[in-house]
Amino acid sequence: MHKNSRWLIFLSVGLIFLAFLFPLWDIAIFAPQYPEGLFLQIWINKMGGDLRNVNILNHYIGMKAITPESIPELKFMPMIAIGLIISGGIVGFLNKRPLTIAWVVLFTLIAVAGLADFYKWEYDYGHDLSPDAPIKIPGMHYQPPFIGSQTLLNISAYSYPGIGGYALIASISLAYIAAFGHLVFKRKSHSKGQPPS
Amino acid sequence: MLNTSHGFVPWDDSHHPNLSVSNGQPDGRWLFINSNNTPRIARLDLTTFRTAEIIEIPNSGGNHASPFLTEGSEYALASTRFGVPIPQKDVPINTYKENFKGTISFVKIDPKVGTMSLAFQILVPSIDYDLGHCGKGPSKDWCFFTSYNSEKAHTLLEINASKNDKDFVTALNWKAAEKCVAEGKGKTWTAPYAHNTYSDETHTATSEILKKQVVMEQKDCPGMMYYVPVAKSPHGMDVDSTGEYFVAGGKLAAQITAYSYTKLLKAIEEKKFAGDFDGVQILDYAAVMAGEVKKPCLGPLHTEFDGKGYGYTSCFVSSEVVKWKIGTWEVVDRMPTYYSLGHLMIPGGNTAKPWGKYLLAMNKITKDRYLPTGPELAQAAQLIDISGEKMEMLSDFPTIGEPHYAQGLLATVIKDKQVKIFELEKNKHPFAALNEKDSKVVREGNIVHVYLTMIRSHFGPDNIEGIQVGDTVYFHVTNLEQDWDIPHGFALLGSNTSELLVLPGETATIKWIAEAPGVFPFYCTDFCSALHQEMQGYIRVSPKGTNTPVSFSTGKK
Repeated sequence: MHKNSRWLIFLSVGLIFLAFLFPLWDIAIFAPQYPEGLFLQIWINKMGGDLRNVNILNHYIGMKAITPESIPELKFMPMIAIGLIISGGIVGFLNKRPLTIAWVVLFTLIAVAGLADFYKWEYDYGHDLSPDAPIKIPGMHYQPPFIGSQTLLNISAYSYPGIGGYALIASISLAYIAAFGHLVFKRKSHSKGQPPS
Repeated sequence: MLNTSHGFVPWDDSHHPNLSVSNGQPDGRWLFINSNNTPRIARLDLTTFRTAEIIEIPNSGGNHASPFLTEGSEYALASTRFGVPIPQKDVPINTYKENFKGTISFVKIDPKVGTMSLAFQILVPSIDYDLGHCGKGPSKDWCFFTSYNSEKAHTLLEINASKNDKDFVTALNWKAAEKCVAEGKGKTWTAPYAHNTYSDETHTATSEILKKQVVMEQKDCPGMMYYVPVAKSPHGMDVDSTGEYFVAGGKLAAQITAYSYTKLLKAIEEKKFAGDFDGVQILDYAAVMAGEVKKPCLGPLHTEFDGKGYGYTSCFVSSEVVKWKIGTWEVVDRMPTYYSLGHLMIPGGNTAKPWGKYLLAMNKITKDRYLPTGPELAQAAQLIDISGEKMEMLSDFPTIGEPHYAQGLLATVIKDKQVKIFELEKNKHPFAALNEKDSKVVREGNIVHVYLTMIRSHFGPDNIEGIQVGDTVYFHVTNLEQDWDIPHGFALLGSNTSELLVLPGETATIKWIAEAPGVFPFYCTDFCSALHQEMQGYIRVSPKGTNTPVSFSTGKK
């Protein structure tokens, strides 16, 4: 395998580290009485931002309070990421294409599972409403947008990857290039030993 | 906070706010204001716009000429309006001339945290010190006060204190006074006075009665204080932005007099004296006077400056603002006001660097400006654009309360320092419940402490039982919100003190005596949410001696 693919894998592994330093996902909420906005950050191992105020707002419509302690993902996501870093390091060191492809497939499965899990959490959060909610609007659910923006009653909600999330997108992209780049980018032809024609 | 040597005095008569300054410019840290009736000075914290401290001024019979800050906020000076026997004693009122005195108090301001302390007081002749301002730039070591009643009248002052053609401006070298006191020229007196401070961490006030103060007689510090004659019964005393001129509004004399600081020093040096008054040397008027704005208007009171070479004087009787030029002393423009203008204010207009774009005229008489509302009317204020050559009236609007002096500054100086919430983690109130789980009711004999929490939109607890007739119940109410502009209120049926307004993260206490058996509602008095109306609870009072156990809950069916 070309030595460049090794460095691509190392770079890919390095980008995973960024997921520990920056939020994976950013959610912003604006309303007429919140001109300054409320902001939530989902990190690999915690929730940040105006959690308290979001919970107070949401209790009126019967949404469950978000308590980071009760979200198991925040505990095992860091372990999965560390696993990816270690395995990626080994794969990069050995630099064998089948191993690289296996690692990319593993990474992809984890990413898809993570996003599906995030979507499911959002779905439950928005749909599992308390029957004691002071404000009940028939047919209304409050699932936050997965990506993009959405208007929920008087609130505009925006949901986009954070810096950590973009780093993971870049990381997986580099891993793909390392595994399959040779199919796209033609290698320079080796002319060594051949007389000029 | 409202404790005094006379006990709890929950009202007063405030006149003159003064912003803290650094190098003669508002630094946006604190605002000081006087209480005339029970002599006090309050300090407001400009990060919360709330009173942080109140100090009582002993040996004072009315704290009107107060508080005026020195250029670097070293001291707030406070002079007495009413002569009284000092120290107080039982004497016939008609022995005013022999027995009555005034004081000028030096309240030291801590440069870091602003805490006030009474550094010393100067015993001065018993004329009525009215208004003042301290110097800046070249005149930074001096403060100036106007006064009336050089006649020393004790009755029918409107006639008897208006007899002399001249009264006095006091020129006081505060640095010299400080030096004399440091040299031990003062004596220790023992009039009690209160010092009250408020903590934004414990959310409680601390009051102490202090009993010692240093008092120095004027005569014991030669060269510290002079009188300068002024047209009779003056009112405002204002220092221009360069610090060179100090200007007296000759209320009854229809004359504005500007004195020169340079000439003041020269007159003192050349001993240009015109006698003395109760041992205070009087300087020759012509030797100190720089110019008179002659026939400017009727009833000139107060002057503010735009920093561009003009003074603006309020004229009560002729209801107008007159703009005049420093140096030529000529009136260059007039603006009628509606009606009977008292104080006026240009943001920074009494400081070294005015923001001279707007002027606020605060009128004393309203009459027909707005729709009538019975015998008591709103007060009228007017906003005037002074950026051009001619003044331009921008807006006429009602205000409440008789307006006195005002202070203005550029919003950017304080805007970003505003406290939005008090952090719950820093709440050190001894009876705070910082979490709904920690709310409780604790009986100690016939005193009951309720550790109550508030969060949108309920109380914790909202059902309280086991209170008995005769119990004193303290509600320690904590607002658990940590969001800007979400205060909650608290009131209880029969509560005879006050309601509470509790800001996010704050704890406040209200005392309630259980007088009769029954069930009494309490509720949130400050609109907090769509379910504010539902934010309510009950306290049950049982006859004395019954065995209803103390219990409390929220949401229990």
